[in-house]
Amino acid sequence: MCGAPEQTAELPAGTDLAKESVLVGKVTASGSPIGGAYVRLLDATGEFTAEVVSSASGDYRFFARPGTWTVRALSRSGNGQTEVTVGGPGLFTNEVAVA
Amino acid sequence: MSRQDALVSADWAEQNLDAQNTVFVEVDEDTTAYDGGHIPGAVKLDWKTELQDPVRRDFVDKAGFEKLLSSKGISNDDTVILYGGNNNWFAAYAYWYFKLYGHDAVKLLDGGRKKWELDGRKLDTEVPQRQQTQYTAKEQDTAIRAFRDEVVNAIGTKNLVDVRSPDEFSGKLLAPAHLPQEQAQRGGHIPSALNVPWSKAANEDGTFKSDDELRKLYEEQGLDSSRPTIAYCRIGERSSHTWFALHELLGEQDVKNYDGSWTEYGSLIGVPIETGSGS
Repeated sequence: MCGAPEQTAELPAGTDLAKESVLVGKVTASGSPIGGAYVRLLDATGEFTAEVVSSASGDYRFFARPGTWTVRALSRSGNGQTEVTVGGPGLFTNEVAVA
Repeated sequence: MSRQDALVSADWAEQNLDAQNTVFVEVDEDTTAYDGGHIPGAVKLDWKTELQDPVRRDFVDKAGFEKLLSSKGISNDDTVILYGGNNNWFAAYAYWYFKLYGHDAVKLLDGGRKKWELDGRKLDTEVPQRQQTQYTAKEQDTAIRAFRDEVVNAIGTKNLVDVRSPDEFSGKLLAPAHLPQEQAQRGGHIPSALNVPWSKAANEDGTFKSDDELRKLYEEQGLDSSRPTIAYCRIGERSSHTWFALHELLGEQDVKNYDGSWTEYGSLIGVPIETGSGS
């Protein structure tokens, strides 16, 4: 499997937060969740790493190693981005507002 | 090949939805996107259940491909316009696959499903009924398909282009960052491979970069145009995207896609593997 799996707020079975860093969040516009947005994970140099489509509830999820990341969302309601620092294993939650 | 022969724009597509002898095909690994809304008139192709053999780890054979295209209502004289999600990864794979079986009139929709959606163009849930055809495929053209022994022999002699992300290349990750990391094979890359992530060939909206930008990209990354090139990734779909850029857009002559890619190479006993960011 290589395509983006369905994005849900729940983590897939077998995810080990003691070992893995998981970055989750929502895409929103004026506070409302935006489904169907293209959410791109960019590394510290701005280079593309991965892309998923947000779920109907606006959720997205990435597995990322520790470091500084930019989460950028493209949608018909506009684009937006936010920076996230992943310090180590665990769950990192954020939100990307598009306008 | 050139950009005009291989790629169509979303504007062109929108104006040619009902064109004669033109079939739009959405290709994905997960076809639920198609079911929720697709380009009007497009048929769907499931990368996993229709293009891969259900038992052996390989493609469907020639007879299987003929049966598949016949059942989809695609004729030998149809121009096939492919598009899909994931920045056209699986559509590019299908493009390469159609070429492999000798279907020359095939084009990719620039930007794929993403640009179509972001542009707010029409999507439809109606599934078209196309009449069964008698499709005839050619034998596989292995001039564009690389196998493992050839890849091992290419170390240090041909251009090997690893199009995965830098973390997969170095061995830190075994799959793209949006997927669970459960694979059992070894991490790293084929020695002497350049790391030119597929994404460098694409703009944010999923369209391909210009020929000039692409040429500059591969030159800067050290691709030697005087040598044959083999592209690989994890399962051969992202490398189809790069194969498309090199062979179809830039017109490089000898470019192959290694569809076994890292899931095969990284599981072989005894082959050399390099870790780290490379030279």
